[in-house]
Amino acid sequence: MKAFKTVKGLVAPLDRANVDTDAIIPKQFLKSIHRTGFGPYLFDEWRYLDHGEPGQDCSGRPLNTDFVLNDNRYKGASILLTKANFGCGSSREHAPWAILDYGFQVILAESFADIFYSNCFKNGILPIVLKSDQIADLFRAVEAEPGFSLKVDLASQLITKDSGISIPFALDDYRKYCLINGLDEIGKTLSYKAEIATFEKQHRQAKPWLFKEVI
Amino acid sequence: MNTKTLYDKLWDDHEVRRNEDGTSLLYIDRHLIHEVTSPQAFEGLRLNQRQPWRTGANVAVPDHNIPTKDREQGIKDPISKLQIDTLANNTRDLGITNFDMSDSRQGIVHVIGPEQGITLPGMTIVCGDSHTSTHGALGALAFGIGTSEVEHVLATQSLVQEKSKNMLIRVDGQLKPGVTPKDMILAIIGELGTAGGTGYAIEFGGETIQNMSMEGRMTVCNMTIEAGARAGMIAVDETTINYVNGRNFAPKGDEWKQAVDYWQTLHSDTDATFDKTLVIQASNIQPMVTWGTSPEMVVSVDGTVPDPEGHPKADQVRSALKYMGLKPGMPVTEITFDKVFIGSCTNSRIEDLREAAGIIQGRTIAKNIKLALVVPGSGPIKAQAESEGLDKIFLSAGFEWREPGCSMCLAMNDDRLEPGERCASTSNRNFEGRQGPGGRTHLLSPAMAAAAAINGHITNISSEYGN
Repeated sequence: MKAFKTVKGLVAPLDRANVDTDAIIPKQFLKSIHRTGFGPYLFDEWRYLDHGEPGQDCSGRPLNTDFVLNDNRYKGASILLTKANFGCGSSREHAPWAILDYGFQVILAESFADIFYSNCFKNGILPIVLKSDQIADLFRAVEAEPGFSLKVDLASQLITKDSGISIPFALDDYRKYCLINGLDEIGKTLSYKAEIATFEKQHRQAKPWLFKEVI
Repeated sequence: MNTKTLYDKLWDDHEVRRNEDGTSLLYIDRHLIHEVTSPQAFEGLRLNQRQPWRTGANVAVPDHNIPTKDREQGIKDPISKLQIDTLANNTRDLGITNFDMSDSRQGIVHVIGPEQGITLPGMTIVCGDSHTSTHGALGALAFGIGTSEVEHVLATQSLVQEKSKNMLIRVDGQLKPGVTPKDMILAIIGELGTAGGTGYAIEFGGETIQNMSMEGRMTVCNMTIEAGARAGMIAVDETTINYVNGRNFAPKGDEWKQAVDYWQTLHSDTDATFDKTLVIQASNIQPMVTWGTSPEMVVSVDGTVPDPEGHPKADQVRSALKYMGLKPGMPVTEITFDKVFIGSCTNSRIEDLREAAGIIQGRTIAKNIKLALVVPGSGPIKAQAESEGLDKIFLSAGFEWREPGCSMCLAMNDDRLEPGERCASTSNRNFEGRQGPGGRTHLLSPAMAAAAAINGHITNISSEYGN
């Protein structure tokens, strides 16, 4: 995983609450056995007027011009601004894969669904929870200023803008540590290999039925 | 003093270590695998030259993509076939048991776990699927994970987790006849909202739950995630133990006795405290139906579609009504259907099929219903239903009787809605496009879906039960 230090980029506003992972990446794209290549299909049903299929070349597909990401103003955005309960529903990690593959590295929202929030950190995406009035202010600012960009710095946990915006954000220490170092969590857990093995041995002695083979 | 909740007990019994930042490393007893969220995890293991920590902890089954008819012809969609073959190859290479399409035990992952005794009380159970919360009905800690965590569990038999807060949902009294566990959980989601459970593990308790069958409890825990909580759970009691007894992979003999002794401790202590408690009166719950594009957009069958004017979530209501093609203020009983789906990890168990067949018996589906599907949750459920003659009831009414799988719940196979089609569905999500692009989903109970098939529109089934 790529280490996350600082992201400076254009902010795209997605003014909807309860955006579910089915909307982020529809089911037909879940048939892929790879982690990459989902970006062109991000928000597929909102973004295009036709029905998309996996592997399809999206360059000639009819765009839904009412959908915010199709507005030229937000081309190349790396920060997604949205509302409450983003990423609810299915646990599909294809959702953060699609978001990252499209180019977003930061998501600013009032709240996130638990599984999606956790999945973001495994993929080098920084999901940031802000208060609803802060989110509302940002929506207004993005609307008012074409090219509205922000700088998000993980080490100092600050969102800033040259014009004076400075918003601190909270983050769990372990997640910050893994993200900032681009750490492979499995490698870190395996450093506790002996502890897992000791636990497992005691667990097996106390509850042997848990270790029965399923054939 | 004994003050632990059921969740606290399950957590403490699996905590390998507590990290400095307050997260814990939890030991995972059972890992269920399906074809959609696992290929990238297996690939990750290979790239890093890692082996599964404990092969026997894993059980796999294809369910999401699998065809529900003409199976002898194989899987026609080459992309689906590749994914299912990839699961077969990955599990074979690593020696992981896979109930493939030809195995009589194949079915929806959350149905076959409890059915086979693969998932048991007291276990930590994970799967790359959000409806893993289903297994909490057994008195287990069960939750959905992403693909990175699937790889983490395969490699380390553990997960780094932050402990959730405790919520108790107590349901007092008796459900009225014709009101099912599905109606109860839909009513709860309506009250809590789709994010009301975020950050919590929810325990369901109270008289209504105590009197509920295991099938009903699974329906309730299954949809906990629709209220935002990763895990739902119910204390172990006689109903749980009787359900587990004799299952294929349940403990036997002395181990059974030892296990039951432990399982009987799996309930919240009388002095346990919860961060949040919600009390619901069962007798207030009516048959429920969703009208919108989120499970919280739900109303009782005698209600009307909301009006966005003056509504606290006016924008969301307006956008949902537009997608759903419904008028504000219309009675929900005027909603008519094109298709009916009885199935999914929420409602495809034998009790669900009996409930639907009870309504359908001797009747036929309405003319406006283009397709009515019954998709049993597993091979054994299908066989059981056939031995009871339920298949005949469905078939003679005009339903199709299919092979087990996720089917039209998420429409990854050929079972789907066409744009604009409206479906009465016993599944768990009414998101835009969930059952097919442009499709419109109304969630309801198997009995309500059956009545919708017969009458062609939403019907208040209370009258069938003399309410």
